[in-house]
Amino acid sequence: MRRSMTLLALALTLSGAAHAADWLQFRGNNGDGIAPDSDLPLTWSDGDNIAWKSALPGRGLSGPIVVGDKVYVTSSSGFRQDRLHVHCFDAKSGKELWDRQFWATGNTMCHPKMAVATSHPASDGKRVFAFYSSNDLACLDLDGNLLWYRGLGWDNPNASNSLGMASSPIVVGDTLVVQVESDAEAFATGIDVATGLHRWKIQRPRAANWTSPSLLKGKTPELDVVLLQSSKGIEAVDPHTGAVRWTFTDGASTIPSLSVSGDTAYIPSNGLVAIKQADDGKSYKTVWQTAKLRPATASPLVYEGRIYTSNTAGALACADAATGDILWQLRVEGPFSGTPVAAGGHIYLFNEKGKAIVVKPGEKEGEIVGKSEHGEAILCTPAISNGGLYVRSDGHLWKISK
Amino acid sequence: MRGLTLSKVILTTAVAVAGMNGFSSLTRAAEPADSIKAILSVNHDGKGAAEAQQAVKALSTADASQIPAVLAAFKGANPLAANYLRGVVETIADRTLRSGGNLPTAELKKFIDDRGNDAKARSLAFDWLKQADKPLAESLIPAMITDPSPDLRREAVARLIKIGADAKEKADAVKAYEEAMAGAVDEDQVKDLVEKLKKHGKTIDLQKHFGFLTKWHIAGPFDNKGLKGFATEYPPEKGVDLKARYEGQLGEVTWTEISTKEDYGILDIAKEVKPYKGAVMYLTTDFTSDSKRLVELRLGTPNAWKVWVNGKELFAREEYHRGMAVDQYRVPAELKAGKNTILVKLCQNEQEQDWAQRYQLQLRVCDPSGTAVPSNDAVAAK
Repeated sequence: MRRSMTLLALALTLSGAAHAADWLQFRGNNGDGIAPDSDLPLTWSDGDNIAWKSALPGRGLSGPIVVGDKVYVTSSSGFRQDRLHVHCFDAKSGKELWDRQFWATGNTMCHPKMAVATSHPASDGKRVFAFYSSNDLACLDLDGNLLWYRGLGWDNPNASNSLGMASSPIVVGDTLVVQVESDAEAFATGIDVATGLHRWKIQRPRAANWTSPSLLKGKTPELDVVLLQSSKGIEAVDPHTGAVRWTFTDGASTIPSLSVSGDTAYIPSNGLVAIKQADDGKSYKTVWQTAKLRPATASPLVYEGRIYTSNTAGALACADAATGDILWQLRVEGPFSGTPVAAGGHIYLFNEKGKAIVVKPGEKEGEIVGKSEHGEAILCTPAISNGGLYVRSDGHLWKISK
Repeated sequence: MRGLTLSKVILTTAVAVAGMNGFSSLTRAAEPADSIKAILSVNHDGKGAAEAQQAVKALSTADASQIPAVLAAFKGANPLAANYLRGVVETIADRTLRSGGNLPTAELKKFIDDRGNDAKARSLAFDWLKQADKPLAESLIPAMITDPSPDLRREAVARLIKIGADAKEKADAVKAYEEAMAGAVDEDQVKDLVEKLKKHGKTIDLQKHFGFLTKWHIAGPFDNKGLKGFATEYPPEKGVDLKARYEGQLGEVTWTEISTKEDYGILDIAKEVKPYKGAVMYLTTDFTSDSKRLVELRLGTPNAWKVWVNGKELFAREEYHRGMAVDQYRVPAELKAGKNTILVKLCQNEQEQDWAQRYQLQLRVCDPSGTAVPSNDAVAAK
């Protein structure tokens, strides 16, 4: 019996299955930006709470992911930014373990503020999926061996945006959901994580769109839907077939993505709208709507029953997630491109100038309890894993921990 | 027909690779060739991905002596297959160096020296040669100033820029900069050299250097209200006749000459013609090629566009005001020997924002390295 248990434990280890402490995609495993960690530092500086800082050879705005004891991040380099990198670092030491490179097969033109490596990579715990503005999609195993490669931009050369693309794919079961949406061509696809082949591909509203898909869980797993956001609104699709289950047609932002917490989706749409899927999974109902919460670039964060948004003026607003009523506002130093993350009763924000701001939210007000300077632009959404806060600045990957 | 051609390429390449690659035994030789054949078969929409995945896995276990054989397979590989092959080379090379092994540097040098090999493969070989034997790699750079690989050429240009900057005599600096300019294709290096040469009293004809087409005939406006013009086939699309008269959006339309003196060949319709809104304009020019050949048309425009060469539509893109840059779009084109007619449809929408008023086009003809391919006007004049 004991031997069987040992073998089972070994098998689980070898299978590389996801661990709870991993941070597998944009806004973490549950797509909510929240980690169970409770002992992150509030401030840091050289020699103090910075475990390591490793140089990145290429540009990028993408955030890191953490799988086991490895940290993965993407970048691009070269005059044409057509050299695509996937980097792997040792989480403990910050040593780069490998750097795999590919040539972009699609358009690499971007606005100077954007980068070819803007989309957050994703993982199913066994594979790493690296997606770029050129719509190149590389799948590697955790040791950097290429498993499959798709040129979604090569397949669909009009599906590009000269300002750059930014949607981050997510893994739902054994399907990678990818949004590729531009003025000239737009589609979403569910890709088999093992083979790289399309399980489904659907046409989407032809318009520039930088938002990312989100998983909304149904009453039963069969009723889970992926919410695809666009200027038209939301399409709730079956993650395994792409079949549209229901639609929200009041329009939505094309920059900040909706956020999901529990059974509720919070959609940037003429302000902010909270909706729940009906029990039968065939429609939705609106819980509340407010024009007073207007997320700018960063997506909303829902944490401990409250929702947080940052506006273009750099104010952090806190509202009751159940009603949408604003509880307090706090002047923080924006602007923010990356979405905040939360752990241990604190919210971690990184502004575009590279300043980290840690906020302790209270009942009636929020308090800034820490500020730290990185000295380099930060536009990514960070990751939290095993007591470490991982953030990517313009030239470096940082691990912040006590 | 396309499939047949591809099959020929696959077979030819696989056989060539198996024959020259040094796989030591007959049994082993067949397996890598099969793997390479599987990788070369990957294509659009994931076709062949499963077989390629197994092939990559098998090839990646090879030792470093096999790297030149994998590099040789790049010739004729599509962009997707090239990335699979790259994955194999990097896995082998990285594993070898990290375990204290050696890369076959002499073979890598030989591969890089042969410009008949695939440009991307040569660039990849150079990257790994730099890691294995930096002095040897750097010794190759001076000969790369007109290399077909833009990445390798860039190394040679950067070297000459440094030589020029370090030169104590003006004549030596100018000589280095002019040599660099002869090979420079990347806009940042060209701009840097233009500034450096300007300080020494030298001016560069950038239009000529990049191969921008600067003399056109233009006709329009045709109607694009409600964006309906992009898909509407107006008469110029049925055949270019410079003497024709058309019914346009605002009355009769004829072809008139337009040219630009802007360094980067930008034709500014809003400024030089009129800031039309909801309009379609057609531009046409002739390009004389010495021979039948493949080139790239490289365009920059913030407007929606279509392009034809000799009546064949090559690409169409309906995107407005998302930016404009040199070489924003790269369109492969086949030219015939003699006169070729290029036609561009340029559409302006009705957006009213300040940043949505540009109505511009720049277009150049070059080879895949980015080197200008000039129209042979001497032939055209005969």
